[in-house]
Amino acid sequence: MTDMTMAKPNMAEPTRRDILYVATAAVGVVGVASVIWPLIDQMNPDLSTLALSKTEIDLKPIAPGQNIVVKWQGKPVFVRNRPPKMVEEVRAVPMSELIDPETDQARVKVANWLIVVGVCTHLGCTPNVGGDYDGWLCPCHGSQYDASGRVRHGPAPLNLLVPTYEFKTPTSVVVG
Amino acid sequence: MSGPSTYVPKSAIGKWFEQRLPIGGLIHSSFVVFPNPRNLNYFWTFGAILAFMLVAQIATGVALAMHYIPDARFAFNSVENIMRDVNYGWLLRYLHANGATMFFLAVYIHMLRGLYYGSYKAPREVLWILGVIIFLLMMATAFMGYVLPWGQMSFWGATVITNLFSAIPLVGNFITTWLWGGFSVGDPTLNRFFALHYLLPFMIAGVVILHIWALHVPGSNNPAGVEPKTSKDTLPFHPYFTIKDTFAVVCFAIFFAWFVFFVPNYFGHADNYNPANPLVTPQEIVPEWYFLPYYAILRSTPNILFIPAKLAGVLAMFGSIAVFAFLPWLDTSKVRSGSYRPVFRVFFWVFVLCGIGLGYIGSQPVTEGTILAGRILLLGYFAFFLIVLPLLGLLETPLQVPASIADAVLGAHGSTAMLKGASAEPSVKG
Ligand code: HEM
Ligand code: FES
Repeated sequence: MTDMTMAKPNMAEPTRRDILYVATAAVGVVGVASVIWPLIDQMNPDLSTLALSKTEIDLKPIAPGQNIVVKWQGKPVFVRNRPPKMVEEVRAVPMSELIDPETDQARVKVANWLIVVGVCTHLGCTPNVGGDYDGWLCPCHGSQYDASGRVRHGPAPLNLLVPTYEFKTPTSVVVG
Repeated sequence: MSGPSTYVPKSAIGKWFEQRLPIGGLIHSSFVVFPNPRNLNYFWTFGAILAFMLVAQIATGVALAMHYIPDARFAFNSVENIMRDVNYGWLLRYLHANGATMFFLAVYIHMLRGLYYGSYKAPREVLWILGVIIFLLMMATAFMGYVLPWGQMSFWGATVITNLFSAIPLVGNFITTWLWGGFSVGDPTLNRFFALHYLLPFMIAGVVILHIWALHVPGSNNPAGVEPKTSKDTLPFHPYFTIKDTFAVVCFAIFFAWFVFFVPNYFGHADNYNPANPLVTPQEIVPEWYFLPYYAILRSTPNILFIPAKLAGVLAMFGSIAVFAFLPWLDTSKVRSGSYRPVFRVFFWVFVLCGIGLGYIGSQPVTEGTILAGRILLLGYFAFFLIVLPLLGLLETPLQVPASIADAVLGAHGSTAMLKGASAEPSVKG
């Protein structure tokens, strides 16, 4: 009690030590914050990794019914030249049967060319051609995808991702 | 670590040094005169075995790091170079790879020892939680170590485990990209995993020091689960426990050596002798045996309410380890040692079987059958912590707990048999 009353005058008027204390703490906090971010951000993809983010694919050698796997950003990209019958079938599937409903039309730019990222949306394995839906089967936990790369059997929750791509010419596509 | 020391250095130079850095006294009080319960059984030697394994992993690891190249182009070949060209490289690598297995074997025995004898109960909660932290750090270290040889299992194991974080709502994808340093597991990932694999064991060593410090405040628990009361209950650490621990470490090292020299790839996976290929996933991905129960939990968890299976699996997997940290408060029984808890003992073994069962399920391909079995075992695992332990403390009638450690040990030989009746406490519930 007596201590408190004695401390009062000090509290009313800040001393030089108080000012030093507050100033040091403030500069210290700003200093720490400004190094923490670089320490965290250095782990994000660097410029050379980002520079690899576009890949050009030549479509000429891919015959109808054929699949190829191309590496893009370190990940596999599946390119499939779908015969018209396969396109018809995959477009006939009712939305109610899909786990992640999406039309085939929304997933391709040119009907026969399916371009999807070959990374299973469950935990990232690369599915193999196979399964019951004319598409892919993931060896890790058994997810299945159809000829539009849409998930048809869990545990994967989502359809195979469609990367951003553009047709430079009708037989050459740039992914990324 | 245990109060003021009675240590008196004998030599003049020893005295001179002790006045300047009293480390001799610290060692003397912690590992020479430190009083240990006289009834410790061989399960109490696993602490020393673990300390030995940590030193062994650091020694072989630093030697391997002198030859290993953390670059996706060269990593696989540098490990092959270690195996074929580096003097004794094969030995160092087999020691290190099998050392991880032995480390986990020892830590599981050590943890189950604690579970059975109630070593997590007051006043040892902080000690126990430090142990859980060490266990987590060990898992992170071993996971990242397994990525370094950059074989098919390394690569795809890393892919599946880092993708767990993508289950986190909203920020999941940013976190995985950040972890990878790219858009998939690749060279930047390998490089940072090596840096962290080098760092974490030294962090483990730091937490181990805290763990032993926290241990030396109350001292060791013991099979009877009653605290030492008189000097009759304890023996000095040296020579009694230094000898016992050393003997156990040597036996363990022989067991370890058998694997290293006769079946060095027994715990490995043939696919990891194929270089990493980002475009082809192996037919089946299996983690190392010590992760199998958690892998089974990850794969078996169904959708829970509004939480999708993928996130639920991740939560259940982390929860299955985190729940250990809450053990001191989940177990409501006042009786420490399982030796005096007949019903607990049965559930303890059921729990151990659930863990082993989950491990088996984790090693099998996914089918309807394995998923169902996994779910049943998963329920058993969590029920033990969340239902059985809280209720058992209230419902179980424990056996009569001995009055003292000396009683528990010497009573059996008849020398203090008459004391036994005299000091008997009525058995208490809870
Ligand atoms: C807590 C202790 C440690 C554990 C549990 C551990 C675990 C592992 C594991 C499981 C592997 C993969 C082995 C294989 O299949 O080839 C590995 C590899 C490796 N570890 Fe460790 N490690 C530990 C400490 C260290 C330390 C302190 C270093 C020092 C830098 C180190 C350096 C290495 C290197 C260079 C490799 C790659 C060579 C190889 O694969 O054999 N480790 N570690
Ligand atoms: S990663 Fe494809 S099913 Fe799990």
